[in-house]
Amino acid sequence: MTLRNDIEITPQLVADHGLKPDEYQKILDLIGREPTYTELGIFSAMWNEHCSYKSSKKWLRTLPTTGPRVIQGPGENAGVVDIGDGQAVVFKMESHNHPSFIEPYQGAATGVGGILRDVFTMGARPVAAMNALRFGAPEHEKTRHLVHGVVAGVGGYGNSFGVPTVAGEVEFDARYNGNNLVNAFAAGLADTDKIFYSKAEGVGLPVVYLGAKTGRDGVGGATMASAEFGDDIEEKRPTVQVGDPFTEKRLLEACLELMATGAVIAIQDMGAAGLTCSAVEMGAKGDLGIELNLDKVPVREEHMTAYEMMLSESQERMLMVLHPEKEPEARAVFEKWELDFATVGKTTDDLRFRVLWQGEEVANLPIKELGDEAPEYDRPWVEPRIPAALAADDVPQMDVADALLKLVGGHQCSSRRWVYEQYDTMIQGNSVQRPGGDAGVIRVLGHDSKGLAFTSDVNPRYCEANPYEGGKQAVAECWRNLTATGAEPLAATDNLNFGNPERPEIMGQLVKAVGGIGDACRALDFPIVSGNVSLYNETNGRGILPTPTIGGVGLLPNWQKSVRIGFTEANQPILLIGGPAERGSHLGQSIYLRDLFDRRDGDAPHVDLAAERKTGDFVRKLIRSGVVTACHDLSDGGLGVGLAEMAISGGIGATVVDIEGYDPLLQYFGEDQGRYLATLNLDPQGDEITALFDEAKTLGIYATWIGSTGGSDLVLGKAKPVSVAALTSAHESWFPNYMSA
Amino acid sequence: MKAAVIVFPGLNRDRDMIAALTKIGGVAPAVVWHQDADIPDVDLIVIPGGFSYGDYLRCGAIAARSPMMDKVRERAAKGAKVLGVCNGFQILIEAGLLPGALMRNTSLKFVCREVKLEVTNTDNAFTSGYAKGQIIRCPVAHHDGNYFADAETLAALEGDGRVAFRYAEGTNPNGSINNIAGILNAEKNVLGLMPHPENLIETAHGGIDGRALFAALLDKAA
Repeated sequence: MTLRNDIEITPQLVADHGLKPDEYQKILDLIGREPTYTELGIFSAMWNEHCSYKSSKKWLRTLPTTGPRVIQGPGENAGVVDIGDGQAVVFKMESHNHPSFIEPYQGAATGVGGILRDVFTMGARPVAAMNALRFGAPEHEKTRHLVHGVVAGVGGYGNSFGVPTVAGEVEFDARYNGNNLVNAFAAGLADTDKIFYSKAEGVGLPVVYLGAKTGRDGVGGATMASAEFGDDIEEKRPTVQVGDPFTEKRLLEACLELMATGAVIAIQDMGAAGLTCSAVEMGAKGDLGIELNLDKVPVREEHMTAYEMMLSESQERMLMVLHPEKEPEARAVFEKWELDFATVGKTTDDLRFRVLWQGEEVANLPIKELGDEAPEYDRPWVEPRIPAALAADDVPQMDVADALLKLVGGHQCSSRRWVYEQYDTMIQGNSVQRPGGDAGVIRVLGHDSKGLAFTSDVNPRYCEANPYEGGKQAVAECWRNLTATGAEPLAATDNLNFGNPERPEIMGQLVKAVGGIGDACRALDFPIVSGNVSLYNETNGRGILPTPTIGGVGLLPNWQKSVRIGFTEANQPILLIGGPAERGSHLGQSIYLRDLFDRRDGDAPHVDLAAERKTGDFVRKLIRSGVVTACHDLSDGGLGVGLAEMAISGGIGATVVDIEGYDPLLQYFGEDQGRYLATLNLDPQGDEITALFDEAKTLGIYATWIGSTGGSDLVLGKAKPVSVAALTSAHESWFPNYMSA
Repeated sequence: MKAAVIVFPGLNRDRDMIAALTKIGGVAPAVVWHQDADIPDVDLIVIPGGFSYGDYLRCGAIAARSPMMDKVRERAAKGAKVLGVCNGFQILIEAGLLPGALMRNTSLKFVCREVKLEVTNTDNAFTSGYAKGQIIRCPVAHHDGNYFADAETLAALEGDGRVAFRYAEGTNPNGSINNIAGILNAEKNVLGLMPHPENLIETAHGGIDGRALFAALLDKAA
């Protein structure tokens, strides 16, 4: 077979497509001839890191992905989890890091658009969104500009589309100076018997293109996302796509209407590598060939080449295989919403991916091999060097109250109100807990009492020091945040952001972090049902902090019984649940050391997974029994910051008694894991609370009374009292002051 | 009392509004697609919030020029009550049913938070369920809610008791002149407001301050 090729395939052209010489040889062996220019583009799109997971696949396979509630694990557009009553939650998290650094508004906006599309492609109406954002040091010259653009972009798209943002993360660290991270999460609701998949079935059926027209935007985007940044970063701007949330909103409504007609056999959104990836996936999964006629593709610009059409990442587009007899009905739905509808091809029985353009065949490739035969690497990796634990007497001293005010008013622990007030957090009318707590909570439409909780977590400092423990901790903290609202953690999605996997030390971080994630997910029965890997987050050879973001979903049988972090009443006992008995002991990699002493030493805190589970199950049971009036997990800044956050949120002070003869700085700022604070509506001297302590003791869970709510000050032992007003002012000021500076 | 909700492509609080009208009125409102031939015979027409046509020209400008708005104008002239919330308010202004303009928030940012509203006047069908001067809680979520009118228009609005809601207690989120959050037409059968009373009608919303507006319109107890 020969295909005409007007463009010579030189080694330089191959390299420009991100393909290594041995990968190109693999292509030659596979097809037995030189590829056409369009085919080379198709291979580069399918075989790049972003689409093929070639460096991470070996390790991703080790993650637990099944469970009694899991309907669909990784491999589809999003994961699907049973929430009872014939309903399912459909969710995924995905990165848009590289585009958001190049063009923050559009990069972030299209990140949100892409993840929303992943969810409604499966037949689910999006009901909640989150985003985990990581920027460079606050003092870096680009940071403000990036924060402005990314936050506006996330809001601009999500607000217009109409999904509430219910939770998220924002962090700063100099290691993200050259590569910020934008990880977008979306969740939707669907009936378990009405989930749609990408696997095509049936020969000779119409392949239909829906949505927006194809333009030149984003050509080569996935390949760009699979390379490091150098100094030529500004030149990459044309590879960023432009989002159109108005079209996406219409596409959502049109897709859901169309799905209700029974016309859809298979559906795949056009995300990274657009038409190429979606067509190949639908065919390969269904063991079918696909023939596309590019002359039928709705285009926005004239004289687009086959290469450009196949690699365009224009947004808000879908590919479907439809029942031919329902085509008129389907067309009517799309005409109502004024969206393009074009039959652009058909399914075939020859397992070839054929592309026709202007009467000529410009690609003819084996469809299974395009996906399945993508290169897969067992990249060399080295065991990370774990820093030595801090010496027990290495506790740099500072006044407890001063330290607390500085931390609460610093860039790490301050309020993110400046960010989340730019997001619509209450649209749809189901947001029970909005951003600012441990997890976002929504009511489940169509059910009397059910609720869903959402949180996104990772501590990149810990992952950098100890990737295995950091991976465990990310999962545990996510599980803990869901538990702190009273929710049962159901399942998670992982968004693995790392540097260049061709460097053995980076690969070592990935291998160990995935190992930690897997161990924690197994111990907590918290399977990973979807995810995304973003590698090459490096600029001029310096990688980001390893950042495996975990997005978790939990189920509340009754949202009215969920609790928040704010103190609700004065004179209630405050309990610390979860060890150690010293209340705090671990300062390695703490915010206390990093932000007050500019020290990044020591090992990361270790998570005892058995204790984690036991403690969390106990706390959840307490919350559901109705005795808990507020609950908060301890994370950055330990007990001190946790108490301050509860006081600020509730506008009520507290007095806490500390342990005599033990350094209060360790007690209040140690970041030991697996701990919760809870206030109770019980008499601190009564039988009920005694029974509760007895039960904890029997279960081997450390639980103790540490103080009471009330007053207008937060009093930490013998430290000078800090007014809740002063804490609130410090907490609320950092972000607006920084952004307006 | 029968109600209809008009839906233009890009609106996204239509479901919130339909839910509020259904929960408070006991019956679901008629849902009218912008291309439908006519609006059914109803007493209340609601244009909900969102981003009609993506707000790509000017907020509400494209929807305001659709044939459906001619029908709304006709019904309003015949005395039907018309309520526009957020993008609905912007559409009513662009369609000339209400005076003034809604500019970009002074912060130049989208803002979603809860504010306080003073019920400034109660001599109309929309706010009669509140006490004059009552302060209520209400969420806002918009990018272009900064109300402005020339001195003459403003004097007429203020003088004729056509300011229905004002941002209170220093919570003006957008820079609106005279803290105006919602205004009535001269006949007081058309109300436009930026805040979202439909998002504060049940315990799940954390309050029910928005109920009285719909209850009064639908002849129901709040």
